[in-house]
Amino acid sequence: MTAPHPETSVLVIGAQVLGGEPRDVLVLDGTITEVAAAGSLTGPDGVRTVDAKGLVLLPGLVDLHTHLREPGREDTETVLTGTRAAALGGFTAVHAMANTTPVADTAGVVEQVWRLGRDAGWVDVHPVGAVSVGLAGEQLAELGAMASSAAQVRVFSDDGKCVHDPVLMRRALEYVKAFDGVVAQHAQEPRLTEGAQMHEGVVSAEIGLRGWPAVAEEAIIARDILLAEHVGSRLHVCHLSTAGSVELVRWAKARGLRVTAEVTPHHLMLTDERARGYDPLFKVNPPLRTEADVEAVRAGLEDGTIDIVATDHAPHAREDKDCEWDAAAFGMTGLETALSVVQATMVDTGRMTWADVARVMSTNPARIGRIDEGDLPQGRPIAVGEPGNLVLVDPTARSVVDPRQQGTTSDNSPFRGAELPGRVVATFLRGRATVLDGHAVAPAGSPAPQEVTR
Amino acid sequence: MKHLLSTADLDRAGAVHVLDTAAEMAATQAREIKKLPTLRGRTVVNLFFEDSTRTRISFETAAKRLSADVINFSAKGSSVSKGESLKDTALTLQAMGADGIVVRHHASGAPHLLATAGWVDASVVNAGDGTHQHPTQALLDAFTIRRHLAGRGAAGAGASLDARSGVGLDLTGLHVAVVGDVLHSRVARSNVQLLTTLGARVTLVAPPTLVPVGVEAWPCAVSYDLDATLADSPDAVMMLRVQRERMSAAGGGFFPSPLEYSRLFGLDARRLATLADHAIVMHPGPMNRGLEISAEAADSVRSVIVEQVANGVAVRMAVLYLTLATKES
Repeated sequence: MTAPHPETSVLVIGAQVLGGEPRDVLVLDGTITEVAAAGSLTGPDGVRTVDAKGLVLLPGLVDLHTHLREPGREDTETVLTGTRAAALGGFTAVHAMANTTPVADTAGVVEQVWRLGRDAGWVDVHPVGAVSVGLAGEQLAELGAMASSAAQVRVFSDDGKCVHDPVLMRRALEYVKAFDGVVAQHAQEPRLTEGAQMHEGVVSAEIGLRGWPAVAEEAIIARDILLAEHVGSRLHVCHLSTAGSVELVRWAKARGLRVTAEVTPHHLMLTDERARGYDPLFKVNPPLRTEADVEAVRAGLEDGTIDIVATDHAPHAREDKDCEWDAAAFGMTGLETALSVVQATMVDTGRMTWADVARVMSTNPARIGRIDEGDLPQGRPIAVGEPGNLVLVDPTARSVVDPRQQGTTSDNSPFRGAELPGRVVATFLRGRATVLDGHAVAPAGSPAPQEVTR
Repeated sequence: MKHLLSTADLDRAGAVHVLDTAAEMAATQAREIKKLPTLRGRTVVNLFFEDSTRTRISFETAAKRLSADVINFSAKGSSVSKGESLKDTALTLQAMGADGIVVRHHASGAPHLLATAGWVDASVVNAGDGTHQHPTQALLDAFTIRRHLAGRGAAGAGASLDARSGVGLDLTGLHVAVVGDVLHSRVARSNVQLLTTLGARVTLVAPPTLVPVGVEAWPCAVSYDLDATLADSPDAVMMLRVQRERMSAAGGGFFPSPLEYSRLFGLDARRLATLADHAIVMHPGPMNRGLEISAEAADSVRSVIVEQVANGVAVRMAVLYLTLATKES
């Protein structure tokens, strides 16, 4: 037997696995080889030892909804900087959304993103393919070619735009069945949201910003659930944000349909009251909703109606946020605050356990994206024989969010200046530390991220 | 008062103080020499991203009567139309040493951003932002209502008044009907807040398509029936302008036809005749005669529409004075 490679081996001592009793976990050559009582394991010579006393050990997080902006907007994020930010946030895999320039609507573009991710080496990058050519909502993109490319695309989305044509949506839902794909819908009825700026309600009425009504989301979700039932397909609802949407997904699940849903960290925490200062940091699509909606999405996540938390990490250039609200871009960064926000809203409130967090941020998103099996599986249990994709979290730490200290190139975090609980201490991708002591550890041979001077 | 961004910024005492100051300004406007030295050496920039000749010349007149230097910066024909950001425009004005910026902008919140982003030291006066606020319009409306109706004995429409009528008073006990396109109206939003702060009761009257979702949180009543509201004897009836583009399907198709709108929500001669003797008719201008208001109503003895324009200058003098001249104190 050859000696384990020190780069991909680690002994984690005394970690609370899924928040439970302290255990030692040994990873050798990228694979978990032993899980035993705390203090009972010793690592082979040369294997890094990490003292994890008081820390929670989770499977590496999986984000089903990330905007890495490359190709096209490398000034705001690249695959390299975005995946480094992901590692800092405790992720070991991300799904990169298709609304790049050019759009990820061909095998060529998705393979490019996939290769960039592999070369960067921070997390596994799984490109999302566009549903329609150019996200134009008119003609199906070559979904089959993307599925059979090196990138093995299984998630398809026109995210940022809604597949609003019911016939196109029906065809997409049907077509992806051939390779067990899923359509991830950005639910936004376009006519009801022309020029929409924020949630339509008491606050929009007062501050005079064009409303984005809840019904525009719910009408599409209701339609898509019925379409998915009709053609027997999987449907994934992106960034669900309203109480009515939660009810619709609950209804779909009660009917036994294969409908899954995600909520973002910001919709778990923030409300439309934040728009009162006209600070475009709080401009996002779908918009921040009301207190009642926040309570509904928390309840939906708690009872399993909502399957996953996904970041919708959306980096933007400073000039696209340093302007009047109407002129600003929609979107917020989120990879490096997601786990803290989930802890604050769901764990520290007693609504979820750390095992639940592992389910909604690792197991379920990996399963929906169909990356829980295959050569490089993600979202697997912390058990012998499973890949060493792990994240160590200090739940007692608290810190004030400073976007300038984050790994992402952009600084449009809505949590700027907020004190949040929890800190990602270490992240391991198949045994290799991508984050240690809260700092990113560049993979051997990885190109250094180009620091953007701001 | 450093800035005036919204009528929500004013409490009752503050609003009465602005109106009283406006009354002082109005009194000076009856003199042969109208110009006061108050803002000599100060620079006021009228920063207009939207065309509004009326509001701009009202502010310009007000600033000049106070001896300020006035610069008109119109988005049309300037670098703004070539895509310069609000930030760069603001930094330019800061570098030129503007003391006050009067801003009209199509985006709600733009004056708020200008006042709070740290780009300029100048006082910011909101001259209308998107569908949010137009505080000096509401102040001139309140001023006009107060002058005619506050503490009303036998006075009212047509009574003899001087510039100081109503000084020191608020609008307690008065009922104001605001009629028309509330959804898109910054005038309606500003007035609902200011008039209720001053103690008046406000009823909004509009077709349901032109009332915003969320209006239930506003401190006013909402009616879809103009005749019923007029039967509730309003002391003032404020007609809002209906933009022609709201009628077409492309603009949203908020009502079926201009004819139906004016039949249901227009102030015509018949409705005018139902008003109480003292009631006044108002309009922020520019009017669509024959649509929201008939010529009989616009030109009647009850109409204070032209007086609103004159009062606008006095109110804007007061606002510029309170934001600029009292800066050091």
